[in-house]
Amino acid sequence: MGMTMTQKILAAHAGLESVEAGQLISASLDIVLGNDITTPVAVNEFKKAGFDGVFDKDRIAIVLDHFVPNKDIKAAEQSKQCREFACEHCVSHFYDVGKMGIEHALLPEQGVVTAGDCIIGADSHTCTYGALGAFSTGVGSTDMAAGMATGMAWFKVPAAIKFELRGKLNKNCSGKDVILTIIGKIGVDGALYKSMEFTGEGVASLSMDDRLCICNMAIEAGAKNGIFPVDGVTRAYLKGRTEREPREFSADPDAVYEQVIEIDLSEIVPTVSCPHLPENTKPASELSDIKIDQVVIGSCTNGRMEDMEAAYNILNGRKVADGVRCIIIPATMKIYRECIERGYITAFIDAGAVVSTPTCGPCLGGYMGILAEGERCIATTNRNFVGRMGHVKSEVYLASPATAASSALTGYITAPKEETV
Amino acid sequence: MNTKGKAFKYPDNVDTDVIIPARYLNTSDAKELSKHCMEDIDREYVEKVRPGDVMVAGWNFGCGSSREHAPLVIKTCGTGCVIAKSFARIFYRNAINIGLPILECPEAADAISAGDEVSVDFGTGVITDITTGRTFKAQPFPEFIQNIISAGGLLKSLKK
Repeated sequence: MGMTMTQKILAAHAGLESVEAGQLISASLDIVLGNDITTPVAVNEFKKAGFDGVFDKDRIAIVLDHFVPNKDIKAAEQSKQCREFACEHCVSHFYDVGKMGIEHALLPEQGVVTAGDCIIGADSHTCTYGALGAFSTGVGSTDMAAGMATGMAWFKVPAAIKFELRGKLNKNCSGKDVILTIIGKIGVDGALYKSMEFTGEGVASLSMDDRLCICNMAIEAGAKNGIFPVDGVTRAYLKGRTEREPREFSADPDAVYEQVIEIDLSEIVPTVSCPHLPENTKPASELSDIKIDQVVIGSCTNGRMEDMEAAYNILNGRKVADGVRCIIIPATMKIYRECIERGYITAFIDAGAVVSTPTCGPCLGGYMGILAEGERCIATTNRNFVGRMGHVKSEVYLASPATAASSALTGYITAPKEETV
Repeated sequence: MNTKGKAFKYPDNVDTDVIIPARYLNTSDAKELSKHCMEDIDREYVEKVRPGDVMVAGWNFGCGSSREHAPLVIKTCGTGCVIAKSFARIFYRNAINIGLPILECPEAADAISAGDEVSVDFGTGVITDITTGRTFKAQPFPEFIQNIISAGGLLKSLKK
């Protein structure tokens, strides 16, 4: 029986000829990841269990990104604990303030993760790296601790849903509109425990930033992972960047899928997820009477260079509407620097926006843009659950950078026009 | 192993942000965190829950973030078990890894009412609504997972 791309990567890491959906396996790990919120819990467990050392100091990544530069004393204590653990075990991929970025933008950018990898991360959006043709999934802190100690993790081999992409996106749409449309179609548990495998002739037209964004939100459909085939776009992205040799896997022609869903990219329109679930999607054009108080452009979903460019193209030479706070957060220091060099940050400030150094901050209601009772935000982040960005009676609308930037100018949810993007 | 207590009912898609809001995640102290368990969906839960009580919920319980703090606070504030129609996968994994008993049983999740007295036998997967006298059978864990649980969690099973 043929295997899906995910199943092939898992079989290779379990040392097996083949695997099938439902099988329990123990697989070797290429990278084990944690952040400043999940690593302290993992470190406590690691110590409590009495492990002496990590399996490989070069295969562990610890990124301080959620509450840094630290928002308060407790957050500072957590960062300190991560720093001390990284130092004690000589963790080579430790990213502190000044070097850090939001983990899921940073690790691909720095070439830490690559095609063919098997990766776990104590962060639900670890599924992002499927864009590179890797198997990558979110776990908890105990799994992270076990992974750091042994270099192994257990998995139940997932069944898969195939998304057959064709056509090409319109100019005012991006990867975010694709994944929001898909989540709207299948629901927040539509891919529960499963792989979302993206294939078809439409894949070639999607940039790496689009693919990273699409795989990032696979978890918002309940999926175990999202994955793209390795093609010219992947190879060009990895070239000169990846630390380890990429390994290319592809699905067997007779691979078994539980479901095949066809998506015509040319039919996708600027899409917004309304409160309080990512599946509550509507075309942005139908929400023009929704008044907003805040805009956030950034996060592991949409803080990459193309996202900054989309925001710049709309905000440059224009003004953020009165009464709207517009917060822009480039996801890594490299992106932040590039925004400075390209003049984006000057343009953002001139438009009336503020620009922060990389942080997850507002996305999870940590800091740097918390909402008061009754306030509304349109954000390029990934979740709009109750209380996600602040008060339990605040609201988050999820959208693309182009839609968020267009809304910043009007003060109402606004679909980006083809000619302005 | 079993538990017995009062049922607290919750809807579909209870996410980890309402189970333990991220604004409290600047600490990893379980006791401190558990004061805020379910705060954004049920402010009274922490006050009302007694050791052994049972959470009963709909589909996709624990969706969202990978924070292990979510099953941890549910366990720390005394909850004996979570019964749901289904669980989000990272929450499912985390609950096993930290030793919070969870059972998937759509029939029980529909039939049990808030406030019912419920008992659960984890060995057999039998759920009894003592108030109504009805019993339900949940899928037992696969052997592989039972071994993790009987060892007292993932890390202890690795050290064995």
